[in-house]
Amino acid sequence: MTQHASPPRDDTPKMSPMEGPSPWRALTARADVRTLSLLGVLAALIIIGGITKPDQFLDTRNLQLVLTQASVIGVVTVGMTFVIVSGGIDLSVGAIVALASVWATTVATQEFGFLGILFTSVIVGVGCGLVNGMLIAYGAMVPFIATLAMLASARGLALQITDGSTQVVTVQSVLDLGGRDSYILGIPPLVMVFAVVTVIGWLLLNRTTFGRRTVAVGGNAEAARLAGIDVRRQRLYLYLLSGLCCGIAAFLLVVLSGSGQNTNGNLYELDAIAAAIIGGTLLSGGRGTIVGSVLGVLIFTTITNIFALNNLQSDVQQIAKGAIIVAAVLVQRRTAHTT
Amino acid sequence: MPEFTSRRGLLFGTAAVGAGAFLTGCTSNESSDEPASNDQPAADDKPGKQVTIGFAGPQADHGWLNAINENAKSRAKKYKDVTLEITEGSNDTAAQIGQIETLINKKVDVLVILPADGKALTQIGLQAMRADIPVVNLDRIFNSPQAYRCWIGGDNYGMGLNAGHYIGEKLKDKKNARVIELAGLDNLELTQQRTQGFDAALKNYPNIKKVARQAADFTVESGQAKMSQLLQAQSNFDALWNHDDDQGVGALRAIDQAGRDDFLMVGGAGALSAFQAIKADDGVLKATVLYPPTMAASAIDLARALGQGKGVGGLAEFEIPASLTLYSAVVDKENVDQYMSTGFK
Repeated sequence: MTQHASPPRDDTPKMSPMEGPSPWRALTARADVRTLSLLGVLAALIIIGGITKPDQFLDTRNLQLVLTQASVIGVVTVGMTFVIVSGGIDLSVGAIVALASVWATTVATQEFGFLGILFTSVIVGVGCGLVNGMLIAYGAMVPFIATLAMLASARGLALQITDGSTQVVTVQSVLDLGGRDSYILGIPPLVMVFAVVTVIGWLLLNRTTFGRRTVAVGGNAEAARLAGIDVRRQRLYLYLLSGLCCGIAAFLLVVLSGSGQNTNGNLYELDAIAAAIIGGTLLSGGRGTIVGSVLGVLIFTTITNIFALNNLQSDVQQIAKGAIIVAAVLVQRRTAHTT
Repeated sequence: MPEFTSRRGLLFGTAAVGAGAFLTGCTSNESSDEPASNDQPAADDKPGKQVTIGFAGPQADHGWLNAINENAKSRAKKYKDVTLEITEGSNDTAAQIGQIETLINKKVDVLVILPADGKALTQIGLQAMRADIPVVNLDRIFNSPQAYRCWIGGDNYGMGLNAGHYIGEKLKDKKNARVIELAGLDNLELTQQRTQGFDAALKNYPNIKKVARQAADFTVESGQAKMSQLLQAQSNFDALWNHDDDQGVGALRAIDQAGRDDFLMVGGAGALSAFQAIKADDGVLKATVLYPPTMAASAIDLARALGQGKGVGGLAEFEIPASLTLYSAVVDKENVDQYMSTGFK
């Protein structure tokens, strides 16, 4: 699997100067083909949705619905993409979302109102990311293990805080933010946050030294270190970033569901990884695009939406989802190789 | 490391400590509400022989299971002659087996077991029975009747049946009535049973058709997601049955966000938030069908009766029954006050 992809990895340290020579161009061209094939998959889904349920699927409300549902996992996926591009993995994202959403909706936090809830979700996310980052960067732990440990303890802490009960949000301004009245020009605020996070993520990965360092660390950490990059600090920042994204996602989830529950964010880690992989991010690091990951998320959300509108049951949904993941990756590989 | 003593470092450090202090204050969940409980008088309050009851359940990771533990504890406290040995809940079969073995070794008089997985824990039930410790099997049933002396639990089929009949009676005069179902986790047998019961009840009403069904997974998040899609798919319908009040919090949120109020909704399980909404009567939620967590309190009653060699008060038998299926009562505005204290959070 990773064999095919090794040539671009070897090139990565070289492409640190932005306007690099031809390998860099070849890489962007290839990325574009991948993105185009993803758009093709999405277009095919939209056609299927449009044919099977024209009235309900091709509807502004449905578009708002799909984008809103995508925004929580979408924000998580942006952070996850950075981590995977750097050659790491963050298995704790779902648990961090759960812990942050639960911590932000306790009776005590809710007394601080809107800002209290927002601040708490973000800080808890960042705090968990900081612990992950310290363990991985300075404790020299394998990301898989460090974040697995975080997964377990964050879920445990979330359960301890809630005692298993559902914490309903009573702060009206938070609830209002998820309502139809707060849409600006027909765009739900949650979707706006998702869009802003995506744009910042794209800029950060493609237009800054931070992004190039991330790619370099993922491509070949040793070469990156020799080239003068502080690899450990870079890793710390990346897990912080992932934690921050989880914190933002937790706030969005609190707004969307009007509650905090320790079961929140169930299996987000797998959804986010799957979306990033479908989007063309290499699991071994060194390559990945934000646009691809976001398209991956949208493909998943659209599939779920089409299934629900057609009243297909869970069994069929799960079988088809697996098949579509395989198909999307195969189509991408095909197109990437023929060009 | 010079950075750590710089002014920037100091500022960040102070901010971090401040945020930490703020956050620690934010974990408190103290509120004035009482936990889910049971106020029914104990069946036979006359103290008898001392009985030690061992209680083993799964990890209380959601409101209903938490209420199960609370009910067992508070019921045991009502009896002067009962000592309750309660284990740390676990969803891991092996861990739960270990906990039950410990209870057997401690030679408790009676065991009350709510297995994480009934089939997987059958052997430990058999083992306890062979060690002459009678087992009260709570809700999730063991594979073999030899593994328990008495089974007490809820009725998933009956939940569906009663929800279907309630909706059917409300809609019986409406032509071409449309009903949708928001089910629980489809991987569980209990979800299939609830759906079968619901479908069976609706068959009695030829004017009603179930037009859509989607499965959520008992979480608020999934309830919100699936319900918003259902609302998008069905521009008009007359009634909704939601299997579970926890996911119902999310479903109600989706209904609110979509601005819909043109149908009646029936919930399931009996959460406090659902009871409050039914009492307030200002939304679509008009009723909920019980899957009562008070069964844990009744299980303690049965275990005590077993330990003291008595039957159940109010029945003519000398022994407690071998099997007790609880009724899934429909709670609506008329009777909600009676059930309010049993609602779980």
